Amino acid sequence: MKETAYWTWFIIAALVIFVIAGLHMVVMHLPMFGVFNPESGAVTDWGNVAFRSKNQFLAFTYIILLGAVLYHGFYGLRTIVFELGPKKSFQDGFTVILWIVGLVLFGIGTYAAIAAKALETAL
Amino acid sequence: MEKETEKANSITVYIRRFDPEKDAAPRQQQYTLQVEKGMTVLDGLHMIKQTQDPTINFRFSCRMGVCGSCGMMINGVPALSCNTQILDVTTTALTLAPLPNFKLIKDLVADLVPMFGVLKGLQLHIRRNDVEEMEKPTYEYYQTPHQLEEFLQFTYCIKCGCCMAACPTMATDREYPGPAPLAQAYRYNADSRDDARDARGDLVAASHGIFSCHYAGECSNVCPKGVDPARAIQLMKKDLVLSYFGLAKHKCAHLHKKPDKATYKAKIEAPPHTV
Amino acid sequence: MANKQFDNHLGIVGWLGGGRWGVERYLYILQRLTGLGLLLFFMMHIFASSVRICGPESWAAAMKILKNPVLKLGEFCVFVLFSFHALNGIRLILIELGLAVGKAEEPVYPYKSSLNNQRPLMVIAMVLVAIIIIAGGYNTIFGSH
Ligand code: SF4
Ligand code: SF4
Ligand code: FES
Repeated sequence: MKETAYWTWFIIAALVIFVIAGLHMVVMHLPMFGVFNPESGAVTDWGNVAFRSKNQFLAFTYIILLGAVLYHGFYGLRTIVFELGPKKSFQDGFTVILWIVGLVLFGIGTYAAIAAKALETAL
Repeated sequence: MEKETEKANSITVYIRRFDPEKDAAPRQQQYTLQVEKGMTVLDGLHMIKQTQDPTINFRFSCRMGVCGSCGMMINGVPALSCNTQILDVTTTALTLAPLPNFKLIKDLVADLVPMFGVLKGLQLHIRRNDVEEMEKPTYEYYQTPHQLEEFLQFTYCIKCGCCMAACPTMATDREYPGPAPLAQAYRYNADSRDDARDARGDLVAASHGIFSCHYAGECSNVCPKGVDPARAIQLMKKDLVLSYFGLAKHKCAHLHKKPDKATYKAKIEAPPHTV
Repeated sequence: MANKQFDNHLGIVGWLGGGRWGVERYLYILQRLTGLGLLLFFMMHIFASSVRICGPESWAAAMKILKNPVLKLGEFCVFVLFSFHALNGIRLILIELGLAVGKAEEPVYPYKSSLNNQRPLMVIAMVLVAIIIIAGGYNTIFGSH
């Protein structure tokens, strides 16, 4: 039954990524939808980056996206590795490592998203 | 008729040979065979065994697609050798090999016993909670035609192992139950008379279980009986997810009394003896 | 006897299939490869984007590196991987939740299987992937940024 739970959340994470990463793609690659990119020029120009960083909504969705991608990606990786038929002890160790790496990356990304909200707009 | 035989083709047959007493690994041996229209791969193997090389080993029993013992790789595709006509596959070269993803006993004979073990472990029979009724039945378990249809397709499985040979997950994962056992688990889970859905669900939803199926769909492509194990597996995933959210409708028919208005047909007379 | 059996498992080659296998088999293997590629990209992306907390100068420096045409091409590859993985993934979700595989039916020769049920979905998903990739390529080459 445990695997059903893991897998169901893997699917839910996939749907979350589909929506939020889709939004992310529109924001980053279709600058004509200018709501999140007030400055003229590239989306990666500092003015735009700082503006997006300070936006509550975007910061929040990025943190959700971060968690969802890490879970989805690492569960997928784990599935692939498990199917190669490694030893049971390796499987357990691998799961623990993925949890640790995942949590650390989540920590870094979340810290960056929150710290970036405090940025000065360098204009 | 004679015209047909005249057109008989001479084809080259490559057979994978393996003798556990002598060989470290399988090797290939070449034969030439006169093929006639309608000749099955199994017929061809018999012909070679009788006229050219009595040492080749292959397994068969019913020679009519019912027993599931003659599955092998026929030109790279898992199929029943008794159910495949040579001229449908090739007019020049025929390559025969044992089913992969099983251990190899000899020549074309794969060891299907591990698959039978997995099938056995999944408790593939009707299991009910009303033990007393099971032991001293008072009525039949009624089932509507619609309820029957929900699992009938999956009952046609003959445990030939062709799907297991085609499945990519089986190729590496020794703990994966495989398409045939998973489809059979669903066959009983979808049976309205069964009570052991959750127990069986727990067995298949373990690590290396049903969620290691990624719908490559090969099992359904090769199944010689049209069982469509891939469909059964996805339907079972759906049930598992629904029951994870507590949304599964418990479909078990506890009804074992005769419905009020039902009447039995008059007994059918046996036909008179003819001899 | 049993101890002398030959282990005939195909191993990782069995994932790839080849030759006569169905198209869904290739989509399965592509889904794996694109997934692994995206995971790798995403881990780098976390670090690259985190540079913004070091202030505008470091950010500008980092962005300058990313202006490199090779990395631009890399970015486009990620976009291709993402479009495929996302749309094929939606197809797989619909299938694996039992929504696109049809109902059990009596097997009548020539057999049809759930693969036939999902095939229109597969075609739609792949056509969408192609359109998105072409549009994205156009945008990358002729777009303003
Ligand atoms: S599902 Fe089909 S291929 Fe698989 S064992 Fe049963 S009959 Fe053979
Ligand atoms: S659909 Fe699932 S069980 Fe069938 S061949 Fe593909 S991975 Fe194996
Ligand atoms: S010999 Fe029985 S299925 Fe082929």
